[in-house]
Amino acid sequence: MRSIEKSLDQFKQAGIRPVAISVDSPEESRNLRQKAGYSFTFLSDQNADVIRRYDLVHAGAGENGRDIARPAEFLLDSTGTVRWVNLTENYWIRARPERVLEVSKLLK
Amino acid sequence: MDGQLRIDESLMNTRRLNWPLWVGFLLTLGAFLSYFFIFVRWPITRDFPWANLLLFAVAAVFVFAGFRHGFAVDRPHPTRSKIITVIVGLLSVAVFGFFVLTIFVAGRMLPASHGAPQVGQRAPDFSLPDTSNKSVSLSQLLLEPVNGNSPKGVLLVFYRGYW
Repeated sequence: MRSIEKSLDQFKQAGIRPVAISVDSPEESRNLRQKAGYSFTFLSDQNADVIRRYDLVHAGAGENGRDIARPAEFLLDSTGTVRWVNLTENYWIRARPERVLEVSKLLK
Repeated sequence: MDGQLRIDESLMNTRRLNWPLWVGFLLTLGAFLSYFFIFVRWPITRDFPWANLLLFAVAAVFVFAGFRHGFAVDRPHPTRSKIITVIVGLLSVAVFGFFVLTIFVAGRMLPASHGAPQVGQRAPDFSLPDTSNKSVSLSQLLLEPVNGNSPKGVLLVFYRGYW
């Protein structure tokens, strides 16, 4: 997320809007945005409904055994079709913005 | 005579403290913690923790030197020295083991997500509240202009949350 914020200008120029989604409440996300200085959109999926529909539930991995999202990134084109997916196999390895920007060049 | 005595005392003190062992142990702790507090910030040092493994290697050299020091025959308290050396040595190994477990084993314990939307598929629409509790839908996000132009796309980033 830190690296997305750093590349935000490039994302804007590429016409790509980054959107972060987690089970955090709007308040928690607001605090995180403020503290970390993130300026892109954060959405709250507190019951993990969308996370479940996208099959990204990491069961019991949150606080007190709460269901949370596994890390995942999807690049959608303007019709909402998936053009690139990153389902990391290791929590510590994340998609790099450079890669997303590279793929986004192919979008019309 | 007085001066001679003081020198002997300070010699005894440096011999008493097994500094390579303790430096090695502190370096081990540093090698562990620095990943989560420092090196996690940059993809280069995050994706593979080579900087931390390097620090662990340096720490291992010191711990090894500490072992030679701690098991030397001229230690003032040989038994105590050996016990401390073994305990601190084992703790160092445990910290390294915990690091490997966290990064390479626990980090891989993620669901397979075979049912996730795939390339070429339409991403399911949704509607979720943003940080000002305003409901935002995916179809809306796909229409709202970016940088004054119609958007080329949306990057959905699912993350664990900070609870």
